[in-house]
Amino acid sequence: MSANIFITEEEIDGEGDGPLAGTTVAVKDNISTEGVRTTCGSRMLEEYVPPYDATVVSRLKEAGATIVGKANMDEFGMGSTNETSYFGPTDNPAAPGRVPGGSSGGSAAAVAAGEADVALGTDTGGSIRCPAAFCGVVGIKPTYGLVSRYGLVAYGNSLEQIGPFGETVEDAAELLDVIAGDDDRDATTREVPLEDNSSYADAATGDVDGLSIGVPTELLEGADEGVVETFWDAIADLEDQGAEYHEVSLPSVEHAVEAYYVIAMSEASSNLARFDGVRYGHDADADGNWNETFAQARKEGFGDEVKRRILLGTYALSAGYHDKYYKKAQDARAWVKQDFDEALSEADVLASPTMPVPPFELGESLDDPLQMYLADANTVPVNLADLPAISVPAGETDGLPVGLQLIGPAFGEEQLIRAGSAIGR
Amino acid sequence: MSDDAVSPEEVRHVAELARVDLSDDEVDQFTRQFADILEYFETLDEVPEVDRDADLTNVMRPDEERDSLDRAEALRNASETEDGYFKGPNVS
Repeated sequence: MSANIFITEEEIDGEGDGPLAGTTVAVKDNISTEGVRTTCGSRMLEEYVPPYDATVVSRLKEAGATIVGKANMDEFGMGSTNETSYFGPTDNPAAPGRVPGGSSGGSAAAVAAGEADVALGTDTGGSIRCPAAFCGVVGIKPTYGLVSRYGLVAYGNSLEQIGPFGETVEDAAELLDVIAGDDDRDATTREVPLEDNSSYADAATGDVDGLSIGVPTELLEGADEGVVETFWDAIADLEDQGAEYHEVSLPSVEHAVEAYYVIAMSEASSNLARFDGVRYGHDADADGNWNETFAQARKEGFGDEVKRRILLGTYALSAGYHDKYYKKAQDARAWVKQDFDEALSEADVLASPTMPVPPFELGESLDDPLQMYLADANTVPVNLADLPAISVPAGETDGLPVGLQLIGPAFGEEQLIRAGSAIGR
Repeated sequence: MSDDAVSPEEVRHVAELARVDLSDDEVDQFTRQFADILEYFETLDEVPEVDRDADLTNVMRPDEERDSLDRAEALRNASETEDGYFKGPNVS
């Protein structure tokens, strides 16, 4: 089968020679590119051509990068395997026959296969870190507010960030340098918290002497044995380089998956209400009134997982259920934040396996959505807490890639890049 | 499956609220899956009430005129337009 990494292969040239001149970039297909279709992996937007660039795309062009294509993804970012894409699944270049992870699976696969030097993905509950781990590349989920979301097609907008993939930590950091920073078109952004004349790429020194690593025991429970073994080997390697680790407890993360899904689905049900086939999107060519026509366009335009999340989100927000689900999920979110603040007051970074399992076989997990959601246990707490995290290749188990996740304090990307660049040295 | 598992009627009702038409097969499938997923969400009952004091400030900008998309660009992806407007289906 073809790897199916890109939904649209079209070259977009950068302007002149900036820091990314000569660098090729794959861009996830939920990030708007002026004049180049942006499908979100959905039939709903199969023919949608944005009239403007996302801020991150403008910054890529100004930096001189060459965009080589729009990368395949789970439909609207909803999935952990890339199999919910309307355009078919992507094969994993690092483990053929296996999923590349999701939802930014095409972006990670593009870097792993050498189709692009670096890539942009988005991470709402792990969608950069999961495919980075599964494809054996580096992925960074920035702190909420570091990177502009203007021009990103929204799914769970209180949770998601655009972030970079690279073959090395330094490559990913170089791309982060280009996309980070405030944007008056996204009021949640702030200035890059770096000293003058320093950059994220400069932080990739691999210096972990004296670094204090907290290991949340809850994030090792239930993980695959080979994954856990690879994780501890990597921690031991960091110890040899001068880091020390201690175990920490984050009791709240036991509720992170359900809190994440309630919040993400609720936000999705609202964000995806705009797709009615009138201003843009799939046109059902149906008879009947406004409501009937919309319902038909959405029936034809959305796949199963998207329908599932819109419906469950609508349910969670509906009269009589709001307090039971949405309000409790917000409590859990605040609790998770508190737990992380506490753990990070006694450690520089926290470490865990990025995914509790190695990459699934293609087709293995489509039928049971709940099992799929549970695989996100180690990544979703980070989005609930708005924190930055990086996934770095830690080794292999049975020939399959394993990722190590480092989590840092808000806007502590420099620390993550420094520590992450020591892994595998 | 918990006692208050979701019924096919509820799935149809929510689908109507969300303006998503479903086939009978989809109603069956979602009824089963939602029972499992909602049962799992029930564990949120164990979460204590947490003080949520976010340290946030509002971001404002001066209310000044600035360029926006021109009309032709904004209408470019619409399946039907008329006299420079989007054209939708009948309201009733």
